[in-house]
This record gives sequence, structure tokens and C-alpha cells, in this order.
Amino acid sequence: MTAVQEVPISAGGNPIGFGSMKRVEDQRFVRGQGNYVDDVNLPGMLHSAILRSPWAHARIKSIDTSAAEALPGVIAVLTGKALEGIPRPSLLGDNFAWMPTLSYDTQAVLATDKVRFQGQEVAFVIAESRYIAKDAVELIDVDYEPLEPVMDAKRAMDPGAPVIRDDKGQTDNSITDVHGHKTWESGNAISTAEAIARAEADPNCVVVTQEVMYPRVHPAPMETCGSVAHMDKVTGQLTLYTTSQAPHAHRTVYAMVAGLPEQKIRVISPDIGGGFGNKVGVYPGYVLSILGTIVTGKPVKWIEDRGENLMSTSFARDYHMTGKIAATKDGKILAVDVDVLADHGAFNGVAQPTNYPAGFFHIFSGSYDYPDAHCKVTPVYTNKAPGGVAYACSFRITEAVYVIERLVDCLAAELGMDPAELRLKNLLKPEQFPYTSPTGWVYDSGQYEKTMRVAMEIAGYDELRREQAEKRARGEYMGIGISFFTEGVGAGPRKDMDILGLGMADGIELRVHPTGKAVLRLSVMSQGQGHETTYAQIVAHELGIPPEDIDVVNGDTDQTPFGLGTYGSRSMPVSGAAAAIVSRKVKERARIVAAAALECSPDDLEWELGRWSVKGDKERGKTIQEIALLSHSSLELPEGVEGHLDATAVYNPPNLTYPYGAYICVVDVDPGTGVVKVRRFIAVDDCGTRVNPMLVDGQVHGGIADGIGMALMELIAFDTDGNNLGGSFMDYLLPTSMECPSFELGETVTPSPHHPIGAKGVGESATVGSPAAVVNAVMDALAPFGVRHADMPLTPSNVWRAIQGNPIRVDMAIE
Amino acid sequence: MEISMKINGAEVTHDVEPRTLLVHFVRENAGLRGTHWGCDTSNCGACVLWVDGTPIKSCTMLAASAAGHDITTVEGLEKDGKLDPIQQGFIECHGLQCGFCTPGMLMTGRWILDNNPKPSEEEIREGISGQLCRCTGYKNIVDSIHWAAAHPAENEVSA
Ligand code: FES
Ligand code: FES
Repeated sequence: MTAVQEVPISAGGNPIGFGSMKRVEDQRFVRGQGNYVDDVNLPGMLHSAILRSPWAHARIKSIDTSAAEALPGVIAVLTGKALEGIPRPSLLGDNFAWMPTLSYDTQAVLATDKVRFQGQEVAFVIAESRYIAKDAVELIDVDYEPLEPVMDAKRAMDPGAPVIRDDKGQTDNSITDVHGHKTWESGNAISTAEAIARAEADPNCVVVTQEVMYPRVHPAPMETCGSVAHMDKVTGQLTLYTTSQAPHAHRTVYAMVAGLPEQKIRVISPDIGGGFGNKVGVYPGYVLSILGTIVTGKPVKWIEDRGENLMSTSFARDYHMTGKIAATKDGKILAVDVDVLADHGAFNGVAQPTNYPAGFFHIFSGSYDYPDAHCKVTPVYTNKAPGGVAYACSFRITEAVYVIERLVDCLAAELGMDPAELRLKNLLKPEQFPYTSPTGWVYDSGQYEKTMRVAMEIAGYDELRREQAEKRARGEYMGIGISFFTEGVGAGPRKDMDILGLGMADGIELRVHPTGKAVLRLSVMSQGQGHETTYAQIVAHELGIPPEDIDVVNGDTDQTPFGLGTYGSRSMPVSGAAAAIVSRKVKERARIVAAAALECSPDDLEWELGRWSVKGDKERGKTIQEIALLSHSSLELPEGVEGHLDATAVYNPPNLTYPYGAYICVVDVDPGTGVVKVRRFIAVDDCGTRVNPMLVDGQVHGGIADGIGMALMELIAFDTDGNNLGGSFMDYLLPTSMECPSFELGETVTPSPHHPIGAKGVGESATVGSPAAVVNAVMDALAPFGVRHADMPLTPSNVWRAIQGNPIRVDMAIE
Repeated sequence: MEISMKINGAEVTHDVEPRTLLVHFVRENAGLRGTHWGCDTSNCGACVLWVDGTPIKSCTMLAASAAGHDITTVEGLEKDGKLDPIQQGFIECHGLQCGFCTPGMLMTGRWILDNNPKPSEEEIREGISGQLCRCTGYKNIVDSIHWAAAHPAENEVSA
């Protein structure tokens, strides 16, 4: 465990260790020299387009591809039927029409029997150009027999509801996980029910029940998904350039899906234009580009349109939650129970650890000290796109934070207590860590009250409340919203966490060249996080090599060791630890080499950044650069000691890390139009040690914008006919520079005791923590109208209707 | 049809389908892949470049309509091996993460400063409001443009 210390500056002007440092990768990006998947151009490359279903639920009676095939420039048209004819030499099914999902379900690559959501893949055209491929898609004639769609999770469980997954012989729309469970529970159901019953009977207690919907949203990275596949017929080598947050895991899945030898598959994720969980899943389009190159013998590129991205790839949330919170009348929380109906779409394709079928939702008990909590999650199939775990949700902690933080505010309203005071009264105390939550999570460290007070101080909380009172007296509606969140990130440990049987641990490799320059190879994958910069800083911190002398490689399975990739904020907690550990291995080897060169015992040496020297005789020493050369030289090393300064490591985290934060949002609401203006947003994050504070702040900024977007404008809605109403950026609204204020950040630093450098990860903190702050602020503004809750997104019409006592129902399809 | 235009000062001629979009002409035919594409509906601004010095969403213009005009893309910002202050500003202020929106933001940012060398925060926010960024929350983009305003190149007339 290390905290930030005074850091020397390198000749290149960079901190030799932790501190704000300009990013290495920016040099290419500001010149327009990034290399994204759509920038990959191979000789003889063909292009492709996917025909997608216009119906949410329909039987396919016939598909006529003859006109498309006859179009000049079209090379091949693949349908589900054609894929059924390609035998698959693997354990996961006997043909290519279906593929496994990351949750042990199956998903159609191209629909055969039925289409099950609007936008589902029906046919794949390969052509000489993208324009021709698109033309050919228009020429495919599909005869559909429309079926009644199930667009509403509540309706999905009705006994008479149409059955979506008849392909699996199902007779209802329930989902069964790999362990045979149809509902997922955690915490203590009995003690929680008893605590709530006691509170209900006790005149000194209250129980508040609130239904809250976290509607379906989409991560919508600026770059859509895509791939370029190339199979070399002679060598049997498949190279796949793809938008993947987890290149190694994807390679293994392709080896399983396609029955190809894994050593012959090379997955390259070049620069990724944002991921946010959208690029964790394996999509039919990727598989089709692979099948396309196998069929044609040429490289095949597939790039999604924005509409395809929004309508078919991993959505997020769609959690219908009913929470109960019990407390004493003076504000001591006693118990929380949450019941969830989870809409998983037409295929159970959530990307999350196998043993956590509801993701990490069970951390919903939050940042507060109370003994009894319980949740039950019931997943269902609907005729919507598959997915669910995406959009920087930290495996559904977003939903968990949202429900508890809304419940706490509803409780505050019920008690007539200030929401800050209520939180301060219940926050966990520093001496309670490590803290075992009522649902069994072991929080590593925290100084919650301190962090909360820093946020209140930056906000000028008391002054804001005074201003609000004055404004209310004048008929102006200002709201102040608080959210205090705790996340558990950095999955594994591998014994508890795996995806499709792959344990969540990550490899790393460090080589120090004879001249003292180094290369670090990562299993995790940047989608904008700046790994090339921060990981060099970790090695610099450990070894004293200037960061500009260290190259960081990621995103190529041929060049990097195996690991599960970047999502769930796991890079810094897992690979960040691996980087420190592999550096320490090199440091120990350097000590032996230095001792041999200095003709002393390794025990006689001491380390100061970048140099081993003889204890008590500082003059006699060797720098890491000198040692690197010596390690490759003719210097005689002790028996059994290999030369060179290289090392590898695999880091299997002993526990999750638990970043947390206190957020305060200030809004002004115009009751006449329902327009919400976010005036201020204060975010105080504690993510442990900050390797590069500038980059931490940047990630927090992005997450706050996400939260403002989800709270106020983003929604993938459906009508009762099954039409997706959020299939373009005209309908799916994202926040612009005008909706976002200039964020005000603060920090506290409580290192994780079990992480080698004390870092906790921060990539998703703000996306997880901010929506509740915005919604709480709007509800606070609307309190004079008697409004206690309205669901996101709080669009002007929704706010206006909430004021009229009739907020929009986002939990149901639109008539 | 044969289409010619000047891109970053060089004459470029290609035989393309009449319906070819300018963004595709620049990326596929001229091979300048710094200009990106991010949506179907002219909403994102990843494709912004200049036509005769004015920022345009190049996904919304036919290459044929740009024939004979002067196009400037992100690749044209660096002069004589020296980054434009707007490029330097984005590096200094961490104005980018994944970099996908960045070329469009740079082109608009440069144009804002060319027309208003000392813009206010509000003016910058309004200037980039037709472009989306999913990573930065815009704050550091605003700061980056301010940085460039405060550090004009030697040949720029500072206001
Ligand atoms: S590509 Fe989105 S506006 Fe041009
Ligand atoms: S930096 Fe990623 S979209 Fe702007």
C-alpha cells in the first residue's frame, strides 16, 4: 500500500511515478492518426451489410435472396438456413446458425425459425463495396408471419403471454441460469422481512415503499461496433480486427464457437472509440465477418450503422425495482428489501461473472450501517434486444446505487429530514472496515463521512439550502440532490468469478531491454482510458524508469498475455496490481544482478527509486539502466539465477476493491415548461491511490455527463407493436455541451489495503453514482408540488406531467 | 463520375458513384482516415471538416457537391511539423479520451478561435453543441479550446 508521494521529474518532463501526466496516445489522436477498426483496410477486402428484422416477433416463412445475389458486385448472401448447413466441429452446437452467449444461453447468429426482436440479424450480404451491400439488403425478400410481441416485462410472466424461446422448448418466458435458478436472491429474506414487520408495527418507526424503474438505455460509444476478419486459407490463420474490450476472452469464445484452433486465431483490437460495456459481448456481426472470410477466402469488413448499434447491441438496465426501507423516526436505517423484475430481452446475453446472474446488484445495501437486507431478482425474456450489463454499470451496481439512493431520499422526505443529515447518520464509520455487508460483500476501506463533508463543503451545502428556501418563497424551484455510492469493482477473485468458465485473473509481461528501456504487455484493453500512459507510470513508480522509456502494448492477442479484459472498472484493480507486481519481480532480479556486479550480498543492498546501492555506502550502487545492461552482459551471476530483466505475472485479486464517492447536484426547474437545468455538479471520489489524477478527473467528468444524460434524456422505449423508438440519435438523445455544467471535483484518498499500490479503479464511478444525484435534485425541486418520485428520464414533458401528478410510465410499452 | 477537390492543399481526383458522401470520399478515396463517421442522422459531428473554411458535417454532403472546393481535414492542422495550438490544447487539458470525436472537435474548435479569438465558456459550449463526445463530459474540451485561445501560434494575431 502506497500513497502519493513527492515524485521526481524525468528528462522528458514526466513524473517518474504517479502524478498528472499528458497522455502518450494523444499524439496520434490529435493528428487524426488513430487506427480504429473502420480504418483497417486490407488488400482485396470485401464489405458487408446485415438485413435486420422489421418485426419484434414473427415467424420466418421464407427468404428469397435471388435478386440480391444477382446484383453486380454482390459476392455472397448468407441466411440462417445457409448457416445451418455449415457443420460446426465444436462442443457448442452442431451448426453456425446459433452461438453461445456469455451467460450460457444461445443466440441466433442469423434467424432461422423466428425473429425475436426488432433489428435482429436475418441475412448477411458480402459485396465489393458497402454501398452495394446496402443496396442488396434492400433486395432480399422475407415473408414474415407476425406474432404478438411481448414488450413489457410484467406482461412476459402472464400465463397467456406468447412464448418467445420456443426454440429451447420453453413454455413460458422465465429465464433459468446455469445453476438451474429462475430467481436470484441474496441477503437474509427472513430477518429482513421480520425487521420490516417490526418497524411497521412500531409507532417509533417508518417503512417507505417505492417503485423505481431504471429504464432501458444504451452506452452508445461514438464508434459503433465492427470487425475485419481475414482467414489465410493456406496457413489456417484467422486474424480478426475488432471492437473488443476483451480480446483474449473473445478469442477463446471464437475458438469455441467456430471450432478453430485457438493458436491460429489472432484478435486485434486497435484503437477503440469508446466502449462503456458496449464492446464486451460477442455479436452476430463479428461472427458473420468470420464466416464471411471463411466462405469467400477474402478479408471481410463489417461496420455497424448507428441505428444497428442502438437497436441490436448491448443495451443497459431495464430493471423494474420495488424497494422497501425501514427506519426509526429519528432516521436510523433498519432494513432494506428490494424486489426486481429484470428484462433481459430475447436472449440472455448479459456479460457478467457466471455466479452473479444479477451482476453485482446485491451490493444494493449501499454505504450505510444496518443489519438486514435482502433482494430478489426475477429475469424474463421479452421481444427486445439482448444485453443488460453495459454502460459503465459495474455489473449492475448502477441499478443498485440508484434504488438505495432513491429510497434514502424518499425516507428523508417521509421523515422531514435533510437528506445529507440522514446519510451522515447512517454512513459506515472508518473503524468498521473491512466491513461485511448484509449481503456478504467485504468492503475494503473508506472514510465515508470525511468524503461526504468535503462534498458538502465544496457545494456550500448550508448556503444552498438557504438559497433554496428563499427561492421557494418566491415560487422558484431549485433542487439539491445527493448521492453517496459504494462500488465493488475489479473482478475476480477467480475462484468466485469467471465468464464462461474463464477465471477473472489477468496476465502481464514486462521486459527491460539492455539499454534500460522497457515494454509492458497488458491483457486489458483501453477504449480511451489511457493505458499507454498510466501503466508506464506504474512501472516508473516501481522501477524508476522514466515513463517515456516504457512502451505499453495492449489489444493484440499475439503480443500480450491472456486476461479477461477491460470492463467493470477492472483494469486498475486487476492489471494495475499486476503491473506493480511484475515490476517488483524485475526489481528483485535487478537486486541479484546488482549484488553480483558490486560483489556483495543482495541483502546488503537498499533500493531508492531507480537504483540499488550498498547500505551505508550510497556511492556504491547501480541504476536500473546499468543493471539492465549488466543482466545481458558476461557478468557472472550466482548459480541458478537467469540473466535478463524480464518477468511475467498473473494477478488473481484477493477481493474486489470498493471505490466510493459523494455527489451533489443542483438543478433549477421551470415548472411551466418542465425544463431542468443542471446548474452545478459536485463530485468527490475516493478511488484510493490516483496514478494519474488528470485522467481520473477526466473519467469522472465523462461519467457525470452519462448520469445527466440518463437522468434527463436517454431512453430506449418501445411501442406495444414492438417498434424500437430509440433507434437513432434523433430519438435517443445524448447530452451535449449545453446540458453539462462545468463540473466541480474534489477527492479523498483512502488506499485499498489489499491492492499493491492502493488503487481502486474509477472508470465507472461517476456513471454509477451520478444519476441518483440528478434525480434526487429534481425530486427535491418538485417537493412543493407533492411529487415524491418520477422515473428517468426526466424530460420536460415527464417533469411537467409529474407536477400534474401523472408522471410518464417508462416501465410499460407505449400504446 | 469523376470528382476533384482540393484536400489540405493537394488536388485529389477520383472516379466515384454520384451518391458518394463526402465523408466516404475523404476516408476511402483520399485515404484520410482522421475524419470519422458516427451516426446516420447528422447528429454526432464525428465527421466535421471544413469546406472553404467552414465546418461541415461531411456525412451530410455529397462528394459531388464539394467538387472544386477547398477541403481541410484534421490532417491539415499540423503545419511544418508543428501542432496547431488547438491540437496542443487538447493534449495539455486532457480534452480527449478515446479520440473518436476529437478530429471533429478540433476542426470546430479551430474555427471558433479563428472567428472569435477570445471566446467565453458559453460561446465555446454553444460552438461545439452540435457535436457529441461520450468520454469527456465536454469540460476538458472547453478548457482545451480556452488553452489554445491563450496560446496562439506566432503567426496568429492574438486579440
Ligand atoms: S457522422 Fe454523425 S454527424 Fe456526420
Ligand atoms: S473522446 Fe471519446 S467520444 Fe470524445
